[in-house]
Amino acid sequence: MMDEETELSLTTAQIVQRLKGTNLHSQIERQAKECLHRPEIKLESLKEDVRNFLKDSGWERKLQNAVYRELHVQPPPGHPTAPPEHTKEPLAYMRKAQASWEKRILKSLNSMCTELGVPLARKRPAVEQKELTSKWNEMGTDEPDLSSFRPVYAPKDFLEVLISLRNPNHDSSEEASAKSHWGLIRVPLCVRDIAQMKEAYSELSLTSGQLGIDDLTHVPPDLFESEHVRIGKKVVIGQESAAAQQYSRQGCPTGLRADLWACILNSTNEPEDIMYYEQLKAGVIHHDLLVDKLIYKDVKLTASNDDYYFVFEDYLYQVLLCFSRDTAVLDHFTYNSATPPKSYIQGRVGVEEFAVVYPPNGVIPFHGFSMYVAPLCFLYNEPSKLYQVFREMYVRYFFRLHSISSSASGIVSLCLQFERLLQSQMPQLFYHLREIGAQPLRIAFKWMVRAFSGYLSTDQLLLLWDRILGYDSLEILAVLAAAVFAFRAENLMEVSSLATAEAVLADLSTLKVMPLIQIFLFATVI
Amino acid sequence: MRLNHAKLKEHRFPGGDMASKVKWVTDIEKSVLINNFEKRGWTQVTEGEDWNFYWMSIQTIRNVFSVDTGYRLSDEQMVNHFPNHYELTRKDLMIKNIKRYRKEMEKEGSPLAEKDENGKYVYLDFVPVTFMLPADYNLFVEEFRKSPSSTWIMKPCGKAQGKGIFLINKLSQIKKWSRDSRTSTFVAASSGKEAYVISLYIDNPLLIGGKKFDLRLYVLVTTYRPLKCYMYKLGFCRFCTVKYTPSTSELDNMFVHLTNVAIQKHGDDYNHVHGGKWTVSNLRLYLESTRGKEVTSRLFDQIHWIMVQSLKAVAPVMNNDKHCFECYGYDIIIDDRLKPWLIEVNASPSLTSSTANDRILKYNLINDTLNIVTPNGDIPDCRWNRSPPRDALGNYQVLYDEEQALSENAERDLRSRSGQSLGSKGTTRGGTGPRPAAATWK
Repeated sequence: MMDEETELSLTTAQIVQRLKGTNLHSQIERQAKECLHRPEIKLESLKEDVRNFLKDSGWERKLQNAVYRELHVQPPPGHPTAPPEHTKEPLAYMRKAQASWEKRILKSLNSMCTELGVPLARKRPAVEQKELTSKWNEMGTDEPDLSSFRPVYAPKDFLEVLISLRNPNHDSSEEASAKSHWGLIRVPLCVRDIAQMKEAYSELSLTSGQLGIDDLTHVPPDLFESEHVRIGKKVVIGQESAAAQQYSRQGCPTGLRADLWACILNSTNEPEDIMYYEQLKAGVIHHDLLVDKLIYKDVKLTASNDDYYFVFEDYLYQVLLCFSRDTAVLDHFTYNSATPPKSYIQGRVGVEEFAVVYPPNGVIPFHGFSMYVAPLCFLYNEPSKLYQVFREMYVRYFFRLHSISSSASGIVSLCLQFERLLQSQMPQLFYHLREIGAQPLRIAFKWMVRAFSGYLSTDQLLLLWDRILGYDSLEILAVLAAAVFAFRAENLMEVSSLATAEAVLADLSTLKVMPLIQIFLFATVI
Repeated sequence: MRLNHAKLKEHRFPGGDMASKVKWVTDIEKSVLINNFEKRGWTQVTEGEDWNFYWMSIQTIRNVFSVDTGYRLSDEQMVNHFPNHYELTRKDLMIKNIKRYRKEMEKEGSPLAEKDENGKYVYLDFVPVTFMLPADYNLFVEEFRKSPSSTWIMKPCGKAQGKGIFLINKLSQIKKWSRDSRTSTFVAASSGKEAYVISLYIDNPLLIGGKKFDLRLYVLVTTYRPLKCYMYKLGFCRFCTVKYTPSTSELDNMFVHLTNVAIQKHGDDYNHVHGGKWTVSNLRLYLESTRGKEVTSRLFDQIHWIMVQSLKAVAPVMNNDKHCFECYGYDIIIDDRLKPWLIEVNASPSLTSSTANDRILKYNLINDTLNIVTPNGDIPDCRWNRSPPRDALGNYQVLYDEEQALSENAERDLRSRSGQSLGSKGTTRGGTGPRPAAATWK
């Protein structure tokens, strides 16, 4: 263990290192130089005056937000002697499991390439480039034959891998008893119990106001809503990430959400961000990738058929195709247990110098991937802004939903937390479902992998994601999944098979998420 | 797959098992109708028999009230159209009535008829500039020459579902309608020239996801004098399946311009899961998220406003037969400055269901309509008070109740005379100015 001071200075050094060379850094430097000509800057108090200037002109706040962003994505520095893979994932068996899962995905991708005789990437001929440029805004009207392409994997396949996870140092052969774990996840990870959840999520308690509850039509707005909206407007004007994040815990008003989320995520949509997006777009136009087909197929299979999201089909291509070319996404692999797949230049297989990451962003989309983007289309109608917000959401949260890791926000912990919560709060229900062969996780898994996108109505989904951003954690997904089971418990107690249990839980679009979560965490008698 | 909206509602109808059952007829064989009648335990009879409730097509209503074939309806009979609904639902007549209404308002010196510096009505400019052809051909040409680059849309007066519609941007394209302008507005088919309305095409529609759409909203009228109308909360947006390009080269690609499901269904991209339909609540969420709450509320207020005004415009000429009610389908287009435009009103909004959600919506629409016009599922009494209790409205909300508005106004007058202030002057309408107190739809 390091002492606090060492850790702090290490973190500081790390952040300074990361921010050096960023655009913000050079901008602040230029501002500092330029302000020297100002009359209020005095030589005798130079340092102080320049600082004050940067503070008053808003640059200090921008720096704060940038530092805050780094704190969110950068893991705390490990022990100086720990190897770098420990930053990705400290547990060896998790790393191993993730590596072998990656191997499987890659194998499946490769065999599809060979089978169909399509290259992983190819340069588009000029005619094709021109055509794509002209129909960039209506890629959805294209109907290429994708029947031979199949999603590389679906959440179901991934669940099987998680179920088979074992910690070799832990004896999990205990007999099923009231004390033991009845669920499918068999690895010992530390997850919060209900008492700890109550403490961590205190803003959701019955005594504090909530958007998603206290803004319903029968509640007079002056009890909570009006004041909350008024504060929200102030937070938007203040543009401080930390304040916006705290605010989001009680929910963002619809009219302010887009600004608040962008502020939390420090997505400012500067001219250089727009330019960057245009470069990615050029990348799509120049090269055709095999993953494009997978993206296309996924959108067609999911969002295009969705009552809420079909309208945004074209935006999804515009975001996802660019995403796959974005090498800035690779940064997140320093703290993601996953490792970007590598492909080799023809004839040089296995030679490190000829290895390239494929796809360029290192992320292979799976069935349902586009649903991470779809809800954001309700908030941002400018593709570059939409893109930025999505990318930041991905590198902060969504990647954890399909990587095997021990992180508290990781999918393994979420699964375990869901099972623990349900078992402790609704033991009868859990036992019943288990007995009829309807393990709850088999139903809830797909909800959590997609962060409930495509299952809830959009307004409810956005209220849920408010809390993900507000608490900087995906834990709330496990709570909601358990709360849904609790809410439908009466019907579930009557079912006698997995299929009927699935039917009871097939339609979540009428659920109101905040009341469910609140009741589950704070109003259930133990 | 997810199922939206409320589940089909189950209701017990006290009148259901009584001896006096409602006897119903329909000439529209749609399950959403028949299921609703059967649920109420009503009895099906034929047209020739004694009936209480007839859900009929607009062809049939013509016969019921025609001078030659018509017959006297008894107090226990009810039909789903007003005799001369076409005053509102035929494109040319609706325009004529709205134009007349504006003039009357102006004559009365009503604040509603206020005009801006360009001579445009501030509150009553809610239909695109429109002319009848061939009758108003010369007027049209005059207007056309003022802005020769604009696009116009030609629609036959008597057809629905997007049939016979085309776009023009050159006078030569409608030469055919240039003569014979002295004949009536509705030229008989024998003359070989069908009557058309030509309207300025809204070429700056609001696009969502790059796609054009229109709104289909439902309004129930139970009486015109006094006017009592209800707005259905569950309308929807209909999306074009092809990307919108305002370029004139695409003028003849009707999939780009028309949003009627009947047309879109023939497009290659038509999706049978959602049918290109998006709920109004989605629209509201999207607009509020991307444009803010105030402008969104103002837009919806304006939509309600133009519905009420269109009904007020036809109320004086409508035959307010006490046996009638009517459920209209309003088609509205929103432009990119978030101004709603009334395109047309349908007397027989389609009861065909294109998707599962659509079926639920239309079933509920009929259910809620029947709950209002035949309270408790009892045998209709055309002298009914037309004041359903609030909890019987289902997904309807009061759009305008003239009786109530009058008494509220009277009360307000009284109070202002006695020096009492009501606080704010009417409801604040987010900057649209002091629009006269209009409604009870809130």
